[in-house]
Amino acid sequence: MLSRQELRIAAFSTAVILLSATSGAALAQKKYDTGATDTEIKIGNIMPYSGPASAYGVIGKTEEAYFKKINAEGGVNGRKIDFVTYDDGYSPPKAVEQARKLVESDEVLVVFNPLGTPSNSAIQKYLNSKKVPQLFVATGATKWNDPKSFPWTMGWQPSYQSEGRIYAKFLLKEKPDAKIAVLFQNDDFGKDYLKGLKDGLGAKASMIVAEESYETTEPTIDNHIVKLKATGADTFMSVTTPKFAAQAIKKLAEIEWKPLHIVVNVSASVGSVLKPAGFENSQGILSAAYAKDGADSQWDNDPGMKKFYAFLEKYYPEGNKLDGSVVYGYGAAQTLVKVLQMCGDDLTRANVMKQAASLKDFTPDTLLPGVKINTSDTDFAPIEQLQMMRFKGEKWDLFGDTISGELNN
Amino acid sequence: MELFTNQILAGIATGAIYACMALAVVMIYQAIDHLNFAQGEMAMFSTFISWQLMQWGIPYWGAFVLTLAISFAGGIAIERLLFKPLAKAPILTNVAGFIALFAIINSVAGLIWDFTIKQYPTPFGSHPFLGSQLISTHQAGMIGVTILLLIGLFFFFQFTRIGLAMRAAASLPESARLVGINTSWMIALGWGMAAAIGSIAGMLIAPVVFLEPNMMGGVLIYGFAAAVLGGLTSPFGAVIGGFLVGIFENLAGTYIPGVGNELKLPIALALIITVLVVKPAGLFGRPIVKRV
Amino acid sequence: MSAIQEVVTEAPTVEAVPKRAMTLGAGSSLVMLALLILVPLFVKNFIIFQLTMLLIYGLAVLALNILTGGSGQFSLGQSAFYGVGAYTSAILMEHVGMNYALTLPIAGVICFAFGFLFGQPALRLSGVYLALATFALATAMPQLLKLGYFEPWTGGVQGLVVTKPDAPFGLPMSQDMWLYYFTLAVTIAIYIFSVNLLKSRSGRAFMAIRDNEIAASAMGVDVALYKTLAFGVSAGITGVAGGLGAIAVQFVAPDSYTITLAISLFLGMVVGGVGWLPGSIVGSAFIIFVPNIAEGISKGLSGAVFGVLLFLVIFLVPHGARQVAIVAQQMLGKLKKG
Repeated sequence: MLSRQELRIAAFSTAVILLSATSGAALAQKKYDTGATDTEIKIGNIMPYSGPASAYGVIGKTEEAYFKKINAEGGVNGRKIDFVTYDDGYSPPKAVEQARKLVESDEVLVVFNPLGTPSNSAIQKYLNSKKVPQLFVATGATKWNDPKSFPWTMGWQPSYQSEGRIYAKFLLKEKPDAKIAVLFQNDDFGKDYLKGLKDGLGAKASMIVAEESYETTEPTIDNHIVKLKATGADTFMSVTTPKFAAQAIKKLAEIEWKPLHIVVNVSASVGSVLKPAGFENSQGILSAAYAKDGADSQWDNDPGMKKFYAFLEKYYPEGNKLDGSVVYGYGAAQTLVKVLQMCGDDLTRANVMKQAASLKDFTPDTLLPGVKINTSDTDFAPIEQLQMMRFKGEKWDLFGDTISGELNN
Repeated sequence: MELFTNQILAGIATGAIYACMALAVVMIYQAIDHLNFAQGEMAMFSTFISWQLMQWGIPYWGAFVLTLAISFAGGIAIERLLFKPLAKAPILTNVAGFIALFAIINSVAGLIWDFTIKQYPTPFGSHPFLGSQLISTHQAGMIGVTILLLIGLFFFFQFTRIGLAMRAAASLPESARLVGINTSWMIALGWGMAAAIGSIAGMLIAPVVFLEPNMMGGVLIYGFAAAVLGGLTSPFGAVIGGFLVGIFENLAGTYIPGVGNELKLPIALALIITVLVVKPAGLFGRPIVKRV
Repeated sequence: MSAIQEVVTEAPTVEAVPKRAMTLGAGSSLVMLALLILVPLFVKNFIIFQLTMLLIYGLAVLALNILTGGSGQFSLGQSAFYGVGAYTSAILMEHVGMNYALTLPIAGVICFAFGFLFGQPALRLSGVYLALATFALATAMPQLLKLGYFEPWTGGVQGLVVTKPDAPFGLPMSQDMWLYYFTLAVTIAIYIFSVNLLKSRSGRAFMAIRDNEIAASAMGVDVALYKTLAFGVSAGITGVAGGLGAIAVQFVAPDSYTITLAISLFLGMVVGGVGWLPGSIVGSAFIIFVPNIAEGISKGLSGAVFGVLLFLVIFLVPHGARQVAIVAQQMLGKLKKG
């Protein structure tokens, strides 16, 4: 029979042992899926480094540099990011091959920011069936916001349709009798915008007097512009990628047609579009933005942009700060790092999606003030707000409030 | 009616681009009896070189002439280094070589100058030509230079010894050698000239389409089409072919309902195939008689 | 330009390959077969997927070999037939609910008809002109596929997602592995068919046309019939490959079937050895794996590295893998004697 003293000691020791055992177990509650360990997190990515869309390859390069910076600063919760990026040449079958390689051969935790609607459409079913997050896809197609059917796929930038709706709202308010001519690229990108514009105009869709499509194989779209001018429209919407947007701006000036000119966000970059097209030809052009422009001196002292410029100088000096794609890559990478940080030690794929769907008012360094990232179980569209802007002098002048592109607004 | 004339004029303007390229295509065909898929990329690279020279401070015409010289030398170098060893190989292997050259040039250009578009100056200005809203002074200048080139080539092939020697070497190499023509160097010369002409085409086209590594992809197809339509043996045909393709494409896009706009290129190509079926050597080409 | 006519003793675009040299000897064939059957049992699903694509592109290159190496017609338009086959399978599977295996013969027949029809206007064209015509076809295809008119069937620019079949009868193998063996069976069947075709009377007609069209016609070969037949057969086989491709990748979209694919298949044929049917798989391996290798060497210059590697190959072996095989055979012969 133990004495009271001994019993107390026994009880106390048992308690201590039990406590340390359970708290030890609680401390050891690190959960990993393939691609995550105590020391590293493997992130997969697919970009068009070659082929027709190779101009967007810089996004991948920017992200690579950003993760290098994060690693140099200690990593995410002590883990280094291993960024594995492959080229798909903008070809869907190649994208499928690279996606399978990332998941089955490199065994990444998530596939982050794959670029291009066709490529993403090709890999969406596969990634969802394998339950691998297809996170922050680099395309504005609307279909990435469908958590019910595709719970592992999430977009990032504002969708093309919501941007189209924003322009429609603006026109209905500011120029309700406009006669609109639309030049659009004959693919997903172009058609999505057109749909957004039409949906936004609703009953007044007849404001669109001409729709002209073009193919990316055409060397120049000059003759389309000529045709559109002949329709007598007084508003021109340019749903074009950078090269063609610049051609349009130039041609408009050449044939002395001065409609209200709207250019979509993808082609609103000062460095890649407006400067080559000629600042004198670009006065008064309208667009919308969700991110700050590196060419805009008003952000020179903005704390977020200062961090961005410092990053470029140290980790990616060849990066062109005037290129919207570079700004884009930085913002997307920062969002991913935020999500990974929120995961803490639970680095399962399910938790990554859970945290990605729980972003509340997150503001990466490069987004416009007022534009915040919000997600939820039913809202897989992180950025939904844009602000209109008008080009004056050598930079964009933002005006109005940030608008949300929701249909029921 | 006004739309019709507008589209024709606009077609001539775009057609000038195709005509330029087609001349370079015909040039290389005269030399090697085959089409060089990398022609467009070589033209693009030359244009980048001229752009770079201007960035370094050399004025436009200086850069233009320097680029011509560099392209000429470059064309000869590529032929001597890469394609002379393949002279005995089957033609299809040579075509694979052209494709490889295409990949290399495109990739290297992308690495050196990246893929964002660059503005390229024109010596002709960009104002409406003769008040017309459809043709700018630059496009008029382009047409002018193309015609000048055409005349120059005509004289070269018809009235100079070297031109005659080149034609002989290309069509009947055996006989040419028998009369003492160094056929091997004729081929190299042909490459050099084609590269030079291509560089002119590139420098004329860049102000319109903006300079970037992928700028010649679409243009090359049209250049081929125009050259084939006009007759691969006829520089005059190539130029006419270029304008015809430009005009026809525009008209098809405007007047064929529904699909006209989306199928502009296929329709233009279908037209060319139809012409070829009727006139296999093209509109102005010499009919080719094949012997057993 | 003063001459009225240009008289040319034209070398044939495609060099003659003797019939005997168009296939592998029995021994090497068996070794190849054994490898193809056994390797997938030991590797990961992803590698099996790549091997399946190897066979599929090999089929497409084989078809091109029959057309160009067999009948001497230069084609840069195979991607069009591949795309039509792929879409046929996809539409039949997704909109009509047909069994995947049944879609393949249908794809083959439709593409055969398509190729045969295309062969008609192509009759009067040869060499560089035919190349341009086929090039035109390849460039037109993605735009045709995007046409709004066809959108309810083709899904327009968005494309169609295709469901991968499971192994039948509850066999204990993954979808990838089942699809691989299915593809292998189809490939072997088509290969044997092709070899026999080339050995047959039609095959001899093809080769006569390839070597000297005028002489063949003078000897009584129905040139028109055989040329269009060659186009048809080649298109049909490419269509079957396309259908298999649609199932393997599980997705069809206009951007998947561009001129880049046609050029890749052409390169595959040259690297494998024009007219040498077994080389098709070597060519296919080249176009699938060498770009990956090039990317591994340098991401920024992957195109340039690929070009350089291609140049190396054509400098060392201008006649493609066939040349390597011949050299190997000669060395083996010497070993046997010595």
